[in-house]
Amino acid sequence: MTAAGSDLVTLVLGIFGVLIVASTVGYILERRLATNEPNAAVENLNARIRAWWAMVILIGLAFIAGRIGVLFLFAFCSFAALREFITLIYTRRADHWALASAFFLVLPIQYYLLWAEEYGIFSIFIPVYAFLLMPIISVLRGDTERFLLRVAEVQWALMICVFCVSHVPALLTLDIPGYEGRNVLLIAFLVIVVQLSDVLQYVWGKLFGRTRIAPKLSPSKTVEGFVGGVASATLIGAALWWITPFTPLQAGLMSFIITLMGFLGGLVMSAIKRDRGVKDWGHLIEGHGGLIDRLDSVVFSAPIFFHLVRYWWSLS
Amino acid sequence: MKALIAKVAAAAFVLFARAITAVRAIWPEEGLPAKPCVYFANHSSHGDFVLVWAVLPPRLRHRTRPVAGAEYWLKSQTSAFIGRDVFNAVLIEREREKRTQDPIALMVSAIDAGSSLILFPEGTRNQTEERLLPFKSGIFHLVDQRPEVDLVPVWINNLNRVMPKGEIVPIPLICTVTFGRALRLAPGEDKETFLERMRAALLALAPKPAGSGE
Repeated sequence: MTAAGSDLVTLVLGIFGVLIVASTVGYILERRLATNEPNAAVENLNARIRAWWAMVILIGLAFIAGRIGVLFLFAFCSFAALREFITLIYTRRADHWALASAFFLVLPIQYYLLWAEEYGIFSIFIPVYAFLLMPIISVLRGDTERFLLRVAEVQWALMICVFCVSHVPALLTLDIPGYEGRNVLLIAFLVIVVQLSDVLQYVWGKLFGRTRIAPKLSPSKTVEGFVGGVASATLIGAALWWITPFTPLQAGLMSFIITLMGFLGGLVMSAIKRDRGVKDWGHLIEGHGGLIDRLDSVVFSAPIFFHLVRYWWSLS
Repeated sequence: MKALIAKVAAAAFVLFARAITAVRAIWPEEGLPAKPCVYFANHSSHGDFVLVWAVLPPRLRHRTRPVAGAEYWLKSQTSAFIGRDVFNAVLIEREREKRTQDPIALMVSAIDAGSSLILFPEGTRNQTEERLLPFKSGIFHLVDQRPEVDLVPVWINNLNRVMPKGEIVPIPLICTVTFGRALRLAPGEDKETFLERMRAALLALAPKPAGSGE
């Protein structure tokens, strides 16, 4: 077995171990607390744990399928996220072809460019070509009602759901000396650290949370949860240095940056939800809400993580 | 052979509708009636009855027939196949002067034969800014003859944005189909009161417009 393969197996076994512990705790809580009447918090916790199993197995299968599997998985994530986003924004009939091309032209092209490893065009295709194309298509119908708002919303939907999400599989295209054939572990590192940070912020917040950070945006985010979550996720990230091309210190620093971006991204996405008057982006994942609810922190950290690694470690 | 193709086509329609719209059904607390009933819904897109049909539990879906305009569905062989064989629609003639069969009698006999119906009481697709057009009187004449039949209001949300009139490419957006609690014709209730009560019950299921801005 290759070094990458055996590291991946160790990692998967570790994650399964964590999930088994979580499932056991969830089962005991359900037995202890929910004997007479169902306890909403425990039910939600168990729904979340079940969804985590499904997500981990899905990502694992994509890793086994290799580059094509990872690309298809994240292309689907982009599709489902874009569907949730555009469902909530203001559009008019005149935007029909602009929206259709966002789904059926821009999204597939972005992932094709990844497949073809055309970094030059991949990195500017959406912010240059798609951003100019969208308003052009919309304006041809001659409807100027709230035009700037419509254009901006569709562009931002593409930015968040396609451009940012595609930077996760883009980690596969980096050419890092001494790290050949192991890039998939970078994806695992990013996803694990960001998601653990979310979970740990939740746990720390539940246990010690007193001071709310942004009560207007998100009632559950507290200073204690934030500090505890970011600190513990940073430590875990540093301890995962062996699956990355980084030293332990660098891995910790990277983890700190991506958890910070993840936290702030979560705030931004909450603000959008508040603006649209919804609690969740959708209903795709039981216990978690929509796909964007689970992906929001990854969305903001992925491009930053990608470019930091590319700038300091990659030859390409 | 034709029946098999129709079955496969029906499954494909349901799969496609679900893939595009990730449709979610919201049920009333007491569930859907077990006996044959009439689902009446708002109508703004060609896909409306497919979506209602797709979210119904399979055991109810198999005996649910949409009510649709014969002029439209018998125009070509393909649409006739889809309307008659795939969805087993009750095809009614909408133009009064050219009628050869009474639409109400057709619907009553479908219910008597154990089918549920999907009905669009607005009579036509709503292309206006209004949320819901006034109801045509067909639904009243139907329950006037079968007053024991349950009427279930069904609000279809967002599908008009997925596929507005005249467009051929659907935009993938999340749709919801909200089923209300079953209603019946009250004894002695007159036509106008009944139609207005049904219309209000359907409108009550409509979510606040979010995102559409309208």
